[in-house]
Amino acid sequence: MDRKINRLVLVLSVLAAMLFCAAVFSLCVGSAGIPLKRVFQLFFEGRGSTEYNIIFDIRFPRILLGFAVGGALALAGVILQGVFRNPLVEPYTLGVSGGAALGASLNIVFKLYRSSVLTLPLFGFIGAFSIIIVLYLLNMRKGTIKLQGLLLNGVMISFISSSLIMLIMSLSRAEDMHGIIFWIMGSLDEPNWFIIKFTVAVSIALLAVSYLFCLDLNAFSLGEEEAMHLGVRTEKSKRMLFVAASLLTGLSVAVAGMIGFVGLVVPHFVRMFTGGDHRVLIPASFLSGGIFLIFCDTLARVAIAPMELPVGVITGILGGSFFVYALAKRRNL
Amino acid sequence: MLKVENLICGYDKKVILSDVSFHVDKGEFVGIIGPNGSGKTTLLRALSRVIEPSGGTISLHGKDMRQIHPKLLARSVSVVSQNISPENFTVEEFVSLGRLPYYGAFQFFGTKKDCQAVHAAMELTGVEALGERFLEKMSGGEKQLVLIARALAQEPELILLDEPTAHLDIAHQVNIMDLIRKLNRDFGLTVVMVLHDLNLAGEYCHRLVLVNNGSIHKIGQPGEILNYRDIEEVYGTRVVVAENPVSGKPYVVPVPGECREEGQAQGHKKGGRN
Repeated sequence: MDRKINRLVLVLSVLAAMLFCAAVFSLCVGSAGIPLKRVFQLFFEGRGSTEYNIIFDIRFPRILLGFAVGGALALAGVILQGVFRNPLVEPYTLGVSGGAALGASLNIVFKLYRSSVLTLPLFGFIGAFSIIIVLYLLNMRKGTIKLQGLLLNGVMISFISSSLIMLIMSLSRAEDMHGIIFWIMGSLDEPNWFIIKFTVAVSIALLAVSYLFCLDLNAFSLGEEEAMHLGVRTEKSKRMLFVAASLLTGLSVAVAGMIGFVGLVVPHFVRMFTGGDHRVLIPASFLSGGIFLIFCDTLARVAIAPMELPVGVITGILGGSFFVYALAKRRNL
Repeated sequence: MLKVENLICGYDKKVILSDVSFHVDKGEFVGIIGPNGSGKTTLLRALSRVIEPSGGTISLHGKDMRQIHPKLLARSVSVVSQNISPENFTVEEFVSLGRLPYYGAFQFFGTKKDCQAVHAAMELTGVEALGERFLEKMSGGEKQLVLIARALAQEPELILLDEPTAHLDIAHQVNIMDLIRKLNRDFGLTVVMVLHDLNLAGEYCHRLVLVNNGSIHKIGQPGEILNYRDIEEVYGTRVVVAENPVSGKPYVVPVPGECREEGQAQGHKKGGRN
């Protein structure tokens, strides 16, 4: 039997336990601190108290959304790092999140979300996918990918999309502007239960789809030619993986706005413990991404309580510093 | 088993190989030699189906390679390329990648048979003791052995190697070539190898394909290829071909520029030039 299975089960059990702890911690702390014992009591008491409302109508949905969005972003990071064979790329540094945000803000300005809230993730996906295709065409044509070029392109694309978002903002009316600012800062505050359930369902479904490509991603880490030598249909896998990464990013950005660097920090740390095998890396990163974002969101809620920080600010500071550190540590670009 | 007919190949619009035809029989050990930029590596890449030929056919057991499913092809042909340095992989994980062509559509983990094949490949190449070590921290010689182990885990009948001895010291060069000869003799593995070192090529290969300017200059046994006329014509430099005192195979000695002038002054008195 493959020893990898034991490893996978071990890693996932540890992470599931950590996820549970993070969720319980996040339920307890906040502007109104609720002791752990009380949280369990509330489970059985049912509706009625204010504390119940705080926990199940305010904190629990955020935890659920944090899990789904964090997992989705980490997974998108793993996929992009695998295909581009570069540990520093992720939706945010490549400008893919920017593209998704641009798509979402266009949707807001043209009020398309009024026909159906699902058009928001759809526009996010279209924006994200166009950026990935542009990056791919710019960098992969000659068969090899240069890290510097890729990251520079990504940064420039981020600039272009944020400038375009500002253009849209300056042309739009005040109430639309508020919505767009929310997208740029990133927050897990989502009142619509349907959207939360939809996000959880889609990101878990995409986790399953991506897992089908875990061995292809392992082969990709040797380089595309090597993957071909191992019988991988590289073009087909790449297409599917790009679509998956775009859907994950588009969905996350449409629901929670620009939450940067989750896809960079999480896979990096997970890789330190699990190695580069995507069979373990993919599910482990998804769970860790969920844990990380739940943790960051809790921090955002309590840091300057009773006011609230946008969670994107926390991940941006943590992840941005980490990115600089990782870039400095890599001797060969 | 491998037949190349009128192969035309290139990148974009630039033609690198034109009208290349040769064949490789089962159990043969064939070396592809030629100057830098002559198209050796392009030929190997065409054989491993990384680049699409723009004309001609490559067939394996009489079947056009393009018609064979990539996974099935990877079960019979494996490739050892140059310069791959994957990070975050242990030796065992890396060698296990060679089993990918055998995995089913929804299979993610190796079966008992896959594990056995991986361990057999690591044992054959003598890297079983390195199983838990990380690939990026290994020396060039060890890494090359691991690359070969991964190719063997594919259980191929044909193995294509791109300069497996490049950048290795003489002991590792012989070690690698001996290993490949052993695989060829004891397991009937067919070998096609691109080589820079003419002496290793002459020593180990049954037949040599001498490539020049994108077409085949000559094909034959080492004794027929490694003579000063062909080598000087293709490489454009003076050489002396002697006989290896141990194996009796041809041995190519380069003639440095200074000695060349001396030799000309003496009017080609050197006797060793066959």
